[in-house]
Amino acid sequence: MTQTVIVVIYLGLLLSLGYLSSRLFRGNSNDYFVASRSIGPLVLFMSIFGTTMTAFAMVGSTGESYRVGIATYGKIASSSALIHSACFFLVGLPLWGLGKRNGFHTQIEFFRARFESSKLGYLLFPILVGLIIPYLLVGLMGAGSVMQGVTRGAFPELFASTGGAIPPWLTGLVISGVVLYYIFAGGVRSAAWANTFQTFVFIVMGFIAFVTISTKLGGLQAASSMADHSKAVRSGNITEMQFLSYCLIPLSVGMFPHLFQNCLTAKSAKSFRLTLVGHPLAIMLTWIPCILIGFWATGAVMPDGVTPVIPEGTSPNAVLGMMVGKLATPVIGGLVTAGIMAAIMSSLDSQFVAVGTMFTKDIVVHSFGKERFSESQLVLLARGFICTIVLVTYLFTLVEPRQVFSLGIWCFSGFAGLFPLVFAAIYWKKATKLGAYAAVIGGAASWLFLFQASGYGKNTSYMVGGVMPVAVVFATCAICMILGSLVSQPPSQETVDKFFRKKANG
Amino acid sequence: MSSPVVITIFLVLLVLHQDFWLKNDASLVAGIVPIGLVYHMAFTVVAALFWFAVVRLAWPYSHEDDDEQGGDQ
Repeated sequence: MTQTVIVVIYLGLLLSLGYLSSRLFRGNSNDYFVASRSIGPLVLFMSIFGTTMTAFAMVGSTGESYRVGIATYGKIASSSALIHSACFFLVGLPLWGLGKRNGFHTQIEFFRARFESSKLGYLLFPILVGLIIPYLLVGLMGAGSVMQGVTRGAFPELFASTGGAIPPWLTGLVISGVVLYYIFAGGVRSAAWANTFQTFVFIVMGFIAFVTISTKLGGLQAASSMADHSKAVRSGNITEMQFLSYCLIPLSVGMFPHLFQNCLTAKSAKSFRLTLVGHPLAIMLTWIPCILIGFWATGAVMPDGVTPVIPEGTSPNAVLGMMVGKLATPVIGGLVTAGIMAAIMSSLDSQFVAVGTMFTKDIVVHSFGKERFSESQLVLLARGFICTIVLVTYLFTLVEPRQVFSLGIWCFSGFAGLFPLVFAAIYWKKATKLGAYAAVIGGAASWLFLFQASGYGKNTSYMVGGVMPVAVVFATCAICMILGSLVSQPPSQETVDKFFRKKANG
Repeated sequence: MSSPVVITIFLVLLVLHQDFWLKNDASLVAGIVPIGLVYHMAFTVVAALFWFAVVRLAWPYSHEDDDEQGGDQ
């Protein structure tokens, strides 16, 4: 009960922040979509970091560490520390410059202009939105799992079917409602502010969870000595080729539509410097407590010295919620749960804004012309589409759940597989329209084929020839881009001059 | 710091990420953290230092570009 009250208070704080942000909202679409390109270094860093850390980083990492051990950190977090910043440097920074000079608000506007093709946008739009839906799903599923684990037994009469815990459908509904309110109030500016606040909250609360749980288990050394030591090594938990091919997954940040939009909000090129350096360290601060909690969960027992904290057969999604629910005091449990919700919502908000922006700019305005709609009508259209996507995602949460980590990896694999498209667009003058079409179709088709072959994420160990599916999607996209560009006419000189004018842009 | 140097260091870091020499070592550093995890924590710090060096020594934007403020044109 106490945990629920604390989470409700936290959600109330977020609603207040949304209201405050709405007072500063300038009421035009440029402010709603890219905050009038006025975000400074600290908010940009917190916002980008908060956006990349979702249920995947907290609920998923703890569950995966419980399942396959500490190799979870190496296979995705430490590689991200190096490669995410590389993406911000090699992709985010040039795109910011091009976006500012040419007035781009979305990825699709950029690709349309770069590849001289209006129809490319209509092909990309459903693919990007389709890939974002699993990402949103990861957030809602993660929130539901944690609340269910933490509030078990709190409402025995109200929610008898879940053992007295708040059911995931209700958590998903409330979380969606809160995030929708504060982004509707102030668009991307509101999301950036909320992300800054929430990033601070989830880093601090993650640390508190770590200290509280280790203390309850008898201290750091006692907690680690209880753990299953076969999970302290990579051998037997992940193969060399799997570990190597995982390095491609972090390239997904180069193709996330919401991160593209985040980058466009930057005030100046200098704003990116803090992000490049601070992002790896923030990844470590967020992931290490979760990885160790998952590692400890493999052998942790209750104070009676016999009963395991995590019963055999528990879903990896539930591990973090159960460790917090069983080993923290109700107040600490509530605060930590609020922190986990913060991590989840700080991603959902940017993703909601991004899909709304893409729909408005890339489909509606592009098809019917800007003159046909007033500024307020554009914002209204964005909100309508966001509500539709949230509803679709919410309905997916009601069907058979998937492991948060596995579903997140599939989503990232799709975006990472399309990375050759954006890289070629920025750095290869001879990348052509045909190459872009081939890359998008080849990448998306190979991803869909492999996702279907894995039982839509049900087979969590699915690989292709010993490597992660992302390697196949990436290679298909890259080969299609190269071959398609080589057999077609290079882009016009006007386009080359526009996109390759300065050394910094390739 | 020139581009070839930045690229070379980046590739060396990618190779160092593949810590196959620790894959069977289950020892706990200070009795708390598995050595494989300590290695990757150190790797993360080195990655941050690398990007700090890039920002200080290989920043591709001139002062003029850096000072360019936001706002659609």
